[in-house]
Amino acid sequence: MDNGTMIEVEHLTKRYTGRAAVADVSFTVRRGEIVGLLGPNGAGKSTILRILSCFMPATSGTVRVGGLDVFTQADDVRRRLGYMPENNPLHRDMRVREYLKFRARLKGLSRAASRDRVDVVMQQCGLDDVHRRIIGHLSKGYQQRVGLADALVNEPELIILDEPTIGLDPNQIRSVRQLIKDLRPKHTVLISTHILPEVEMTCNRVLILDHGTIRAADTPENLQKIMSETGQVIAEIAAPWADLKNCWDQLPEVQSFDLAAAEGDYIRCALTARAGVDLRPQVFAMVRDRGWALRELSRSRHSLEDIFVRVTRADREEEES
Amino acid sequence: MQAYLTLVRREMGSHFLSWSGYVVLSAVVLLLGLSFTNLLQVLNSEATDRPVTEMFYGTMYFWLILLLAAPVITMRTFAREKSSGTFETLMTTPVRDAVVVLAKFTGALLFYIILWLPLLACVFIVRHFSNDPAVLDPGTLGSTYLGIILLGGLYMSLGCFASALTRSQIVAAMITFAGGISLFLLSFISMSFTKQTGWKAQLFAHVGLIEQMQDFARGVVDTRPVVFYLSLTFFFLFLTHKVVESRRWK
Repeated sequence: MDNGTMIEVEHLTKRYTGRAAVADVSFTVRRGEIVGLLGPNGAGKSTILRILSCFMPATSGTVRVGGLDVFTQADDVRRRLGYMPENNPLHRDMRVREYLKFRARLKGLSRAASRDRVDVVMQQCGLDDVHRRIIGHLSKGYQQRVGLADALVNEPELIILDEPTIGLDPNQIRSVRQLIKDLRPKHTVLISTHILPEVEMTCNRVLILDHGTIRAADTPENLQKIMSETGQVIAEIAAPWADLKNCWDQLPEVQSFDLAAAEGDYIRCALTARAGVDLRPQVFAMVRDRGWALRELSRSRHSLEDIFVRVTRADREEEES
Repeated sequence: MQAYLTLVRREMGSHFLSWSGYVVLSAVVLLLGLSFTNLLQVLNSEATDRPVTEMFYGTMYFWLILLLAAPVITMRTFAREKSSGTFETLMTTPVRDAVVVLAKFTGALLFYIILWLPLLACVFIVRHFSNDPAVLDPGTLGSTYLGIILLGGLYMSLGCFASALTRSQIVAAMITFAGGISLFLLSFISMSFTKQTGWKAQLFAHVGLIEQMQDFARGVVDTRPVVFYLSLTFFFLFLTHKVVESRRWK
């Protein structure tokens, strides 16, 4: 294995009393990457993360973190790891600084080192104002930051975050995401989520997981590119309905279209092009030639949401048929 | 070692950071106070040459405190961490399972020992007002505390085991209470065999907790109960360790 690989998962399977939560999953994560594990609830995300963090063993397959086996060298792996489980469990009766110091000491930091690291992570996570407060009295956003600070306190090579932004308000989500982004390139980050924009915004690579298997693995941009080849062009044009319909019928590049009345005199056209064709210049040329008014011309970008729905739904349909 | 001390500190701290620790503490102080007044009445009514500690033990408040405090102290050790999810953050730190079990047990036992400190005050008061230095014989006092701590260790390890089995603190407390009471009630069976001989009598003589504890309170340290309590304590701690470890077998 070369030095650039952080996580290496090969043919990982985990069964709970007969039901396979994860079935034959293989993937690798390079050092310095932020990888998103995306999937609906119950897809097996948390199971994979728990195995990676040495909390429970796999039924079969090998998992290596930084070249160390998570089952036989669990103690060494744990030392290199910062893990924030689902729902961010904390000792709610402790104070912020006290808790972080407790965690740092548990992770084997010396007294002086733990003091320094706690100061660093508290600043990094914006906890300086609340360091004397009791964790249970903090807002959810602050609690999430405490969990994140705990994961960072031993300067781990690999940080595993299970649904880090669940239950936060939009502002808090934004600040947590920024925090995660800032961890690059010093740390490798693996986050699980079922919130799609999160992956789009923070990750360099996405693994889409469904029913315990990986359905797609690529950068968010590439996944979008694959989808946009069959993308739609939206145009809002002020023109007589019949003329417009006629035009689209005659354009050979338009595979199908859909017209709908928009506000004012405008008509909203949703045009599906033949594969690989960008319709936008032609639409503009046509509108200019006929002297119509054009209010909007855009290509609908497929969000990860579409990809996700398509990938996971295709699977269901297969199953049903 | 560092992780062990950190965890023991946390365990002790958790008793004092929540109300439950203070509730147990005040309940025990109340019971000790009641037994103390009981003791004073006995002392006032008749002359006796029995040690104060034995007379204190004779009030049976000891068992009430042990049987009630053990479930309340130990129910939280593992069950609460499991139900709140902090068990996962704890077990993903580079700390061995055995260290966690030992630290939880130590924390519970230390808190239990703190509960018994007011008894010292009671003994000192009796000594002060009776003007009799013989009242406070360090040997008897020591053996009484030895008995208290050994039995406490046994009940705490039982409680840790029960708490490791479940994620519900109530279930853990009930298991500890039921187990503790059963162990205690065995001594009544053992009492019914005292006049008999044979293997049954011999067997049950080993589980006569009431009488064994009375020996400790009298100042008699018999190695048989010491070995019995210590081995049962180790047995329950071993079981606890196996339960904690068992998540890695599934």
